Amino acid sequence: MKITTEAGERHVLAITVDNEAGVLAKITGLFTARGYNIESLTVADISSDHALSRITIVTNGPPPIIDQIIAQLDRLVPVHRVVDLNDAGEAHVEREIALVKVAGTGDKRIEALRMADVFRAKVVDTTLSSFIFEITGTSDKVDRFIALMRECGLVEVGRTGVVAIARGPEAL
Amino acid sequence: MTEMSGADMVVQALVDLGVDTVFGYPGGAVLPIYDALYKHPTIKHILVRHEQAATHAAEGYARSTGKPGVVLVTSGPGATNAVTGITDALLDSIPMVVLTGQVPTTLIGTDAFQECDTVGITRHCTKHNYLVMDPDRLGPIMHEAFHIATHGRPGPVVIDIPKNVQVATGTYSVPEFIQHNSYRPQVEPDADAIAQAIDMIAAAERPIFYTGGGVINAGPDASAALRQLVSLTGAPITSTLMGLGAFPADDPKWLGMLGMHGTYESNMAMNRADLIIAVGARFDDRVTGRLDAFAPEAKKIHIDIDRSSINKIVPVDLAVVGDAGRALDALIAAWQAKGHKARDLGEWWRRIDGWRATRCLDFPEKKEPDADIMPQRAVKALFDATRGRDPIITTEVGQHQMWAAQHFGFSAPNRWLTSGGLGTMGYGFPAAVGAQIATPNRLVICIAGEASLQMNIQEMGTVSQYRLPVKIFILNNEWMGMVRQWQELTYESRYSNSYSDSLPDFVKLADAYGWTGLRIDTLGQLEEGIAKMIDTPGPVIVDCRVAKLANCFPMIPSGAAHTDMILQPSDVTGTMDDEAKALV
Repeated sequence: MKITTEAGERHVLAITVDNEAGVLAKITGLFTARGYNIESLTVADISSDHALSRITIVTNGPPPIIDQIIAQLDRLVPVHRVVDLNDAGEAHVEREIALVKVAGTGDKRIEALRMADVFRAKVVDTTLSSFIFEITGTSDKVDRFIALMRECGLVEVGRTGVVAIARGPEAL
Repeated sequence: MTEMSGADMVVQALVDLGVDTVFGYPGGAVLPIYDALYKHPTIKHILVRHEQAATHAAEGYARSTGKPGVVLVTSGPGATNAVTGITDALLDSIPMVVLTGQVPTTLIGTDAFQECDTVGITRHCTKHNYLVMDPDRLGPIMHEAFHIATHGRPGPVVIDIPKNVQVATGTYSVPEFIQHNSYRPQVEPDADAIAQAIDMIAAAERPIFYTGGGVINAGPDASAALRQLVSLTGAPITSTLMGLGAFPADDPKWLGMLGMHGTYESNMAMNRADLIIAVGARFDDRVTGRLDAFAPEAKKIHIDIDRSSINKIVPVDLAVVGDAGRALDALIAAWQAKGHKARDLGEWWRRIDGWRATRCLDFPEKKEPDADIMPQRAVKALFDATRGRDPIITTEVGQHQMWAAQHFGFSAPNRWLTSGGLGTMGYGFPAAVGAQIATPNRLVICIAGEASLQMNIQEMGTVSQYRLPVKIFILNNEWMGMVRQWQELTYESRYSNSYSDSLPDFVKLADAYGWTGLRIDTLGQLEEGIAKMIDTPGPVIVDCRVAKLANCFPMIPSGAAHTDMILQPSDVTGTMDDEAKALV
């Protein structure tokens, strides 16, 4: 007997939660307990009184599972709202930041700098034999930049994961 | 606003919340609360013999009264022993609040004596949990916890209280009005959805009600409303294991339980229906059988208080999120407002009567007085002997549980206490203790298997201590019967570890605890033995020896459709393919 899994689609969920101990564990635990995927997760306090946090989760699954993930998140006691930013009519903007360290000298160093310029990556630190670039964009763009840097002496990457927000004047 | 110790706040909050009974077991990290409870005038503490039993007793208390069950245990092993019962309450949506002691805040995280990460361990088996770090928060958290445990879909809530928080003083405050800032379950059903549902019900030619534990949780009025709606529409009704009692079993519209060990008529009716009205039921795998063959011709209306239950397993045509009772009331009002009359469902009922004619719950038996007792006969005799006494029946988990569900007829809610979702062996006896504490004058009987009973048999001491007249009726076949049945179905009767070896003499055990012990060996002794059990004051254990190799039918084997029921033992083939073997 073989175990099969269904093909999924990528969804970005924006979740507002009470900023209290254990909330993140509750949410990530829900994903592991029910076998859902997390591609990336970001979380930070977003209110002036530090009462609310916003979590952005990029997940993957067939549409009924995505619907189930939203319903399961929504019933957790500390969860205020769950919005699927990929819902029809909910165009959104996604950004991710990566810090990319490249080491090397000579041609490779020049090539790295030239490509960083094309990608509008900023140099945030340099030594005689290294750069740290800061790149902001969609995950795709960050992926492509990192792939190119692999050819130019990439030694270390740190990524934030995706934050996303719906277009238009309305708030979540 | 009064200054008092954390322990006093816990007790004050229990009083303010109307709690009369706490099931618990003391230990180092809860001593301050136990001291505050010492000789308390209104809160009765029931000392169990194992923390798991405290949680099941609290479930029994909750299920028989509709009020939340309350548990008090110590840190570390006290809390981990409670985890099974907490999970059981989560799966069966039982309102429960569990207070656990914790090591002082200064020692948390140091692997202190009897320390465990209680909130971490219970995070995914509770509806919500709290670690209280400040005594000033105890009042609001206690009140909020009871609110969460009892509102929306009920469930267990854990409050972990470090010992220094119990000793320190603070201000006890009671929130005037609990409106949790994020938890606000939808209780009132949407009016448009109700209107649509009524039109669908009125138009259906082959409708069926499929109801579950949500109707019981919605209170006795919801059961009354269900009866009225079924009567108005003239439709047949079936229910899950957890929903038994919401609709009277002696009503001609009752088809019996559905699902794996449900009746042939209820499963066939689900399969052939053109409309299923699911109320407070969650399309569990024990109910649906093979999913791609589940109710292929039916439109489905799903009424549930938990939105995540909707479309979780079976996609439905119309969702009604809300309390089952309110939704049923709204459906009745809409039916009457639109002036609907029950359709002629004669053709549908004729088909159902055809399925009923298989008499799927009949079983072969010998009638001689010295014959072996068929376990089904024992349950039927128990039912007959207790008619009119309105007993509360609890069960353990296994064949005896299914036989009880099939052959004991319930006519009112809150009389049937069983572990459905988690299927916890060891549930039934402590649940009977909880139910007996809640209703001291009722006849409470635990229908048990000899294997399950041993999982919490230590509670005989609790029963003796509080002089509870609990009756345990063991269907003793010397096997973990359901395990053996699956081994016969799937593994060519290779009985790997399913024999109940080295059983105690239950009659002598009864004697040792100061109970009355009875033994029933043959059919001729059955009625008299049951009568003696009922008439004997105080706790009684009945070791009813039943036919050893009887199996529970009808049955939908794993991976099969509603239409592929095994009706009798001769239908068993003894093997299964890997896909079916892999299903639970």
